[in-house]
Amino acid sequence: MTNNQYKILSRRFDRNDAHNISVYEADGGYVGLKKVLSHMSREQVIAEVKESGLRGRGGAGFPAGVKWGFVPEDVEDIYFMVNADESEPGTFKDRFLLDYDPHMVIEGSIISSWAVRAKLCVIYIRGEFGWLVDRVQAAVDQAYAAGYLGENIQGSGYTLNMIVHKGAGAYICGEETGLINSVEGRKGQPRLKPPFPAVCGFLDKPTIVNNVETVASVPDIIIDGASEYRKHGTEKSAGTKLFSVSGPVKNPGIHEIPLGLPFNEFFHEWLGGMADGEELKAVIMGGSSVPVLTAEEAMETNLDYESLAEAGTMLGSGGMIIIPERCDMVELIQVLMHFYWDESCGQCTPCREGTGWLHRIVKKLRKGEGTLEDLDLIENVCEGMAGLTICPLSDAAVMPIISFLEKYRPEFEALIQNEKESISSSRWAREIRS
Amino acid sequence: MNDAGSVFTLSPESVAEFDKIVERYPTKASALMPVLWLIQDSAGFISDDAVVWISEKLEVTQARIREVISFYFMYRDTPQAKYKLQVCHNISCHIMKSRSIMTHIEKQLGVKPGVQTGDGMFVLEGVECLGACGMGPVMQVGSHLYEELTIEKVDAIIEGFRSDQPVTPDTDRKLEG
Ligand SMILES: Cc1cc2nc3c(=O)[nH]c(=O)nc-3n(C[C@H](O)[C@H](O)[C@H](O)COP(=O)(O)O)c2cc1C
Ligand code: SF4
Ligand code: FES
Repeated sequence: MTNNQYKILSRRFDRNDAHNISVYEADGGYVGLKKVLSHMSREQVIAEVKESGLRGRGGAGFPAGVKWGFVPEDVEDIYFMVNADESEPGTFKDRFLLDYDPHMVIEGSIISSWAVRAKLCVIYIRGEFGWLVDRVQAAVDQAYAAGYLGENIQGSGYTLNMIVHKGAGAYICGEETGLINSVEGRKGQPRLKPPFPAVCGFLDKPTIVNNVETVASVPDIIIDGASEYRKHGTEKSAGTKLFSVSGPVKNPGIHEIPLGLPFNEFFHEWLGGMADGEELKAVIMGGSSVPVLTAEEAMETNLDYESLAEAGTMLGSGGMIIIPERCDMVELIQVLMHFYWDESCGQCTPCREGTGWLHRIVKKLRKGEGTLEDLDLIENVCEGMAGLTICPLSDAAVMPIISFLEKYRPEFEALIQNEKESISSSRWAREIRS
Repeated sequence: MNDAGSVFTLSPESVAEFDKIVERYPTKASALMPVLWLIQDSAGFISDDAVVWISEKLEVTQARIREVISFYFMYRDTPQAKYKLQVCHNISCHIMKSRSIMTHIEKQLGVKPGVQTGDGMFVLEGVECLGACGMGPVMQVGSHLYEELTIEKVDAIIEGFRSDQPVTPDTDRKLEG
């Protein structure tokens, strides 16, 4: 079952008191911050984080230290934003970090902000996490009172303020430039890049956006050093990673694994296999936007960035969705296409129109009104959507549907050739068809 | 829209909160989202008068405020039911049979999704992923979530609201210290 030796980021998840600053401090908290302020230069901190191999945990996997290095030297107003928008279907890990260990996130955010010379740090929490906003704000207030935030932090001369910003229900605000626009009080529509936010972001100033889990990893890297961090994981996928697992397995929920763990072992020994009466059909490894793997493909891969890329998918956010045999894949893709169509911000024609088309075609297929040409049409629409837009949401819609169609084509075709039988194959089909 | 100036007023506590927000944010315009939350939380929705008021206070055009309100799903510009039961219909919850939860609530309330009950108490909405996928099916009510829903649990929750003794949400866990 879950291996305690790998509980690093999640080591306080089974406690009910770590939201108190005194508890966190007694457990070694804010030691990393004190260390950087008194003993390290900014260059040293950035070098240590680069050396650790820590990669962004929000989805793209970009090396955190490298991103920090992009901030221009000669600019004064710099911003740091912590991405807690967590809206990628299948993903629910950041919420646990903020809920059970808010100070670790805050300490990591302060160290990260200091490393890039930010004067303001914004923690952007999705609006649906209303209860978390209050909890994190209370922790931030404590950090101010303890002198870890505000003016002249710990006598270092460094001043940093922190805002807890509540989103209001828009998946696209998780995209970093959408997030920046949202904090500016605008619609959360992504911006064209370049310029990249590290050079021109919030209020046109350099802005670094990192995921919650990324910043939460920073204090340990500072305290124990990069080489300790690298003890887990692989050469290119260093450290541990939180996977949020959903679907009918025996042990769903948050699992912190050493990157590189074989899926087979994870599935059988950590997740305990499928719940009674269920059989594994497919796995979405890293949130709804990545290509699906069949059960056989999944069993042969390891859980790290490189292995998953080789298997034709992505580690993404670590939002692992377990799909049981009883599920109709066309029905599931309808659910996802509805989501991307709903969440497209509408700026780019290929995305705005394409997601609408995909949703309509799948709906039509499921009504039994589809033709074989519709399957070609899905592919054609997708061709016109991938890689052509301001942000990758368009690709995020394409990847699942193309992989579903490729790997589960007979289920799509069955809707055309033998309408009655295939529709009654799913108990939920009739209800959702309406 | 309203030449005579805003007739909207905030309670003294909310005014104090408003001042705090504006002080915290680097520009007035950047305070728009928290100010919209402040108003919605106190009034239940964001009225036309509130838009005029915000426009004057934050020096942001009314058009931009309305654009922001309509862009974000959670901002509402009309009065809302007392309890919005927002059931996740995204992939993980769907796999865990959220559809049957939706159907059951529909039956219990006697209204279609999106339609308020006659007494203004409830509305049912299907919503996108709530970030609780491993605990599905889930639903959001106000600023909390109810997780691992079953028919029995949903009945108890609805009954709790009806009798003014709400069931404690799963995200409202007991903190120590
Ligand atoms: C449509 C879309 C949604 C995204 N949602 C999130 C999110 O909820 N949380 C997150 O951390 N990153 C999200 N990202 C990735 C961010 O754009 C960005 O890469 C990330 O926050 C950078 O942090 P990291 O390098 O620490 O991962 C999203 C990207 C896209 C295109
Ligand atoms: S790809 Fe879609 S979501 Fe992204 S900016 Fe374009 S329209 Fe908006
Ligand atoms: S899919 Fe329902 S909470 Fe994520």
